[in-house]
Amino acid sequence: MKLIKKIITAVAVCSAMASISSAMADEQYIPLLSYRVGPYAAGGSGFFGGAIDYFNFINAKGGINGVKISWEECETEYNASRGVECYERLKSKNGGASLVEPLSTGIAYGILDRLADDKIAMTTIGYGRSDAANGKVFPYVFPLVTSYWNQAAAMIKYLGDKSGGMDKLKGKKIVDLYHDSAFGKEPFPVFDALAKQYGFELIKVPVAHPGNEQQSQWLQIRKANPDYVILWGWGVMNAVSLKTAQRNGFPREKILGVWWAGSEEDVIPAGEAAKGYSTMTFNSPGNYPLLDDIRKSVYDAGKGNLDDKKRIGSVVHLRGVTAAILWTEAIRKAQDKYGKGHTMTSDQIRWGFENLNVDEARQKTLGVLGMFPPIKTSCDDHEGSGAVKVQEWTGDHWKAITPNWFVGDKALTRALIEESSAKYAAEKKITAACLK
Amino acid sequence: MFYREAGQFKTTYAEDNQIFPIKQDRIGIALLFVCAFIIAPLVAPSYVISAILIPFLIFSLAALGLNILTGYAGQLSLGTAAFMAVGAFASYNFVLRIPGMPLLLAFVLGGICASLVGMAFGLPSLRIRGFYLAAATLATQFFVVWCLTKISWFSNNSSSGVITAQEITILGFPFHTPASKYVLTLSIVVVLTLLAKNMVRSNIGRSWMAIRDMDVAAEVIGIRLMRTKMLAFAVSSFYCGIAGALYAYAYLGTVEPEAYNLDLSFRILFMVIIGGAGSILGAFLGSAFFILLPILLDFVTHGLALPTSVSSNLELMVFGGLIIFFLIVEPHGLARLWQITKEKCRLWPFPY
Repeated sequence: MKLIKKIITAVAVCSAMASISSAMADEQYIPLLSYRVGPYAAGGSGFFGGAIDYFNFINAKGGINGVKISWEECETEYNASRGVECYERLKSKNGGASLVEPLSTGIAYGILDRLADDKIAMTTIGYGRSDAANGKVFPYVFPLVTSYWNQAAAMIKYLGDKSGGMDKLKGKKIVDLYHDSAFGKEPFPVFDALAKQYGFELIKVPVAHPGNEQQSQWLQIRKANPDYVILWGWGVMNAVSLKTAQRNGFPREKILGVWWAGSEEDVIPAGEAAKGYSTMTFNSPGNYPLLDDIRKSVYDAGKGNLDDKKRIGSVVHLRGVTAAILWTEAIRKAQDKYGKGHTMTSDQIRWGFENLNVDEARQKTLGVLGMFPPIKTSCDDHEGSGAVKVQEWTGDHWKAITPNWFVGDKALTRALIEESSAKYAAEKKITAACLK
Repeated sequence: MFYREAGQFKTTYAEDNQIFPIKQDRIGIALLFVCAFIIAPLVAPSYVISAILIPFLIFSLAALGLNILTGYAGQLSLGTAAFMAVGAFASYNFVLRIPGMPLLLAFVLGGICASLVGMAFGLPSLRIRGFYLAAATLATQFFVVWCLTKISWFSNNSSSGVITAQEITILGFPFHTPASKYVLTLSIVVVLTLLAKNMVRSNIGRSWMAIRDMDVAAEVIGIRLMRTKMLAFAVSSFYCGIAGALYAYAYLGTVEPEAYNLDLSFRILFMVIIGGAGSILGAFLGSAFFILLPILLDFVTHGLALPTSVSSNLELMVFGGLIIFFLIVEPHGLARLWQITKEKCRLWPFPY
């Protein structure tokens, strides 16, 4: 009896304390649908590690106008149904989720329809539906920085410039070696339209998932003898492509990778075969004052999330930091409008995302000048930029080879976005309109 | 003591043939139905409904479909997810292209499309068995997913092959909330389970089992191999097709063909193995094991306040270990464990 009494009092005290602590903390809660196991663990741990490092940094500096960030991780294993479960579990905890970022196309699709009901904004940074840039149809989805379509357009622009002008593309042969999935087929409308416009020949060569055998594809490529190869790859496929290209004597200088083929994890396994290979990127690689600050105030305090300190500033880590900066900037923006120093609701943060303005001056204050393109969103443009750079692997680090951010044919991608989102709206019977 | 059938006499054939011959079982199942149909939708939080119960029911249905083919008819299949994909994409296209198409009819038509595909890819089963058949059904898996990404007509020319399930409306009633979607899923699953249970108890099920146990002997006693095997493929794929359609409509909403990948096929096969091959209950137990255990482990490892990088890996290891443990302790699956428990209960407290 005594024991039972003891237990009851203990539980009562605990729950009372828990309710007190949740009541007094002015915190902004962000659920993290991370993945640290499975085939994509390297990307997941780097990205979410970067985000958490930035959260820790912000909290160490006193939070966003005094509001600290709290977060909770849930392992999705990059699996759509696990991801949906995590989203449902975390969304109403700690006073409700501020925003969500699954870093997985399948999970993003799985929760897309739930966002409007839950009034939670989702960012899909560098992946997902390109047409979600139309905020009138997708008020809760933010493919921030740049989308697949703008990347595809930028790739052709870069290849055109490399050949000495867009008109020089006429008669050239470009192979699109793609991962045979929704991800790989996403840029087709853009490539097809540009091939028609500039008169280059586009040869599409699919690689079945996971792509650890590509001999026949590269034989086909060698036979076609193209001027450029676009490597629209993912995961293990990238390193195998580079190695097979080397074995078949195809110069890697002619290969241009997508940004998911442009991290350390993609090129280090390919070894020497990757040296001189270039990819798209929405982060300029390098070191920034912010990273030094993170090293100092987070890692030296023993709060760093990455096990290996060398991964600070790696491509995926930079992406995570970028994502976290954009999230906190959106929260800051919302606070400017709805009250500084208060916890924002997810709908207010959605407004923050829609009115984001991270220009170069702001980047400089944050210590990340030039780390990602300046971003300015609106209801019409949830993407905010669309600009990219090209980076080259030197053998031990990435180096940006285009000094400035550049965009491809944005008029074309805009038309595609309008067309595709209108179709989605018709299927779902959505009336396109801006939210307040 | 309470679980005893003493005094329950069967005086008619109908009583003797009922699915639950013991009165306590009937009471139990009635209580379960009351909980599932009335209490759960009213009381359960939306997290439990939309993240646990709905996928549990859908995966149970898919596992049930595979169980008919693998557990009852003995034909190993690795194409479950492909049949699910066919069901989902076919239903989507029926609703999209035929105006005024009732959704339930679209589900049924989607299921029929899946069974046609299942029969086509089941043809090799007439000549090959076991691992070789598994390899042949593997072809279904890759072919279907390839086909759905390749031919953009299936996804209404979406550049990436992604479909967005239409809103569910039946007889003018919109199924929008998680609870209503759950009730719809539950009703479909209950009806199909009842059908399956009766099928496996009848002539058809017995001929499937005869083929599973020894197909030459089955042929000798007059069972027509081709028809029976094809029927098993058709029925199994029909169930998987409906499950796939529900996966798209009641669960995810927007799906890419890649969601129905080989990994899903394997998961459903493991559900059947863990739950118990050749048992209707096994499909449900297996699905519950696969859905609930990782979540439970996740809670436990989080509760231990381990760093996430450790807890994520630990969860996988424990899960794997438990699977091996269960298979060693009871190779016939959880359904067999349940049966043993029931038998023990009937003898308790005086086992001989």
